[in-house]
Amino acid sequence: MSESIVRALKCRECGHEYEIQPTHVCEFCFGPLEVVYDYDKLDGKFTRELIESRPQNMWRYKELLPIDGEPKVGANNGFTPLIKADRLAKALGVKELYIKIDSVCYPTLSFKDRVVSVALSKAVEFGFKTVACASTGNLAGSVAANAAAAGLESYVFIPEDLEQGKVLGAAIFGTNIISIRGQYDDVNRLCSEVAGKYGWAFVNVNVRPFYAEGSKTLGYEVMEQLGWKAPKHVVVPMASGSLCTKIDKSIKEFIQLGLVEDNQTAMYGAQATGCSPITKSVKDDTDMIHPVKANTIAKSLAIGNPADGYYANKVMKESGGYAEDVSDEEIIDAMKLLAETEGIFAETAGGVTLGCAKKLIDSGKIPRDESIVLCITGNGLKTQEAVLNEVAKPRIINASLKEFDVLAAADGVK
Amino acid sequence: MKLRVYLNFDEKSVTSPVIWKLAKEFDVITNIRSASVKEGMGLLGLEIEGETSIVEASARWLEAQEGVHVEPIEQNVMEG
Repeated sequence: MSESIVRALKCRECGHEYEIQPTHVCEFCFGPLEVVYDYDKLDGKFTRELIESRPQNMWRYKELLPIDGEPKVGANNGFTPLIKADRLAKALGVKELYIKIDSVCYPTLSFKDRVVSVALSKAVEFGFKTVACASTGNLAGSVAANAAAAGLESYVFIPEDLEQGKVLGAAIFGTNIISIRGQYDDVNRLCSEVAGKYGWAFVNVNVRPFYAEGSKTLGYEVMEQLGWKAPKHVVVPMASGSLCTKIDKSIKEFIQLGLVEDNQTAMYGAQATGCSPITKSVKDDTDMIHPVKANTIAKSLAIGNPADGYYANKVMKESGGYAEDVSDEEIIDAMKLLAETEGIFAETAGGVTLGCAKKLIDSGKIPRDESIVLCITGNGLKTQEAVLNEVAKPRIINASLKEFDVLAAADGVK
Repeated sequence: MKLRVYLNFDEKSVTSPVIWKLAKEFDVITNIRSASVKEGMGLLGLEIEGETSIVEASARWLEAQEGVHVEPIEQNVMEG
């Protein structure tokens, strides 16, 4: 077993360092904590050959994840397909387009399985027996499923008005599911109080620094699947903004370790217009994130006061990228475009990513002749309500060849 | 108890001495950990310490101030 290269938790604001422990906020300045590593310890030991020799899951990059030894939870998660999307590329008028499809991430069909498996692995290492989260969908299902598979007790907090499909998508795993009445701010505050009071591993609260690191594996996989190359342009959906910062971190780490060459990768963030505080800050050329009240069909991205917004803004500006936003109508159009050109049914967040990518391409922010990667992070089967009335209804006939012949003739079938 | 919150101030409330008023109104210890004012917006990381009922009442008072938004230190605990 290789030696861990994890050094400490470091405050992103004041730089104060802490021993590895289940905590997320700097005691000095209340800044967020991040896992930092001693990359020098990996010098010459973490090679392409070593990674390629390992099973195809997210743990093939375990040296760059904040766990001790082998994963305790979610050992088979990750390593989703990266496809070259030629038909969509043609529709968008670009030369080289790839789609990273985390809508088929194991086991709950979203990229949250990556972050949750790191959070829960770390929770087990810390000795927690109960894990928890507050979620409007993907995170709830992922915590419930991964906890069940690991034999951990789990509590999942959801808003009262959550769609039935998402409630079922968590409840099936036997979790303790708590539905909370109230306005978003009240629900959010209660969950913060619960996280502070009970001695649980709350995945995006006290184990958040570890949880967030799981997102890096999406970036590692993209670079490996591109033949050990960093893409030129990456478009990601933004809720808290964490994914944007972590993919950027993954690319910088691979460059530092000599696994890929620096390709001057530009990061682009996508939000729904009805909840676009980070995009607005980029467009306004400021680094202040003004909180908003969310109103969009892209509920998995509806975070009005994003904790990592400032850092995502910085990443986009420093990398030469940009941010964009799309209306609910544009989200649905993009979901249909993705489905009809590439056979991928993404959730609303996927529509946001593609819709924004289209705008960024059309406006010239992303050049048409360089490699582009779109990150699709969730599955459309979970947000069916968004497109229920937007797709063709089946034509009903009797079990009669004559009736079908009429229909086929009307379609011009010979 | 100790309560840790972030306060967002809008352009109007940013010049109001909210923390001074809070300390006058309630028997709590206020401890500012971070603060910035930029482009018509103020951000403050604040710890409030005291009797549980008084701390809770002071948090409700803060929420009732016009142009002041109170968030848990984690900002958004709820995720997609």
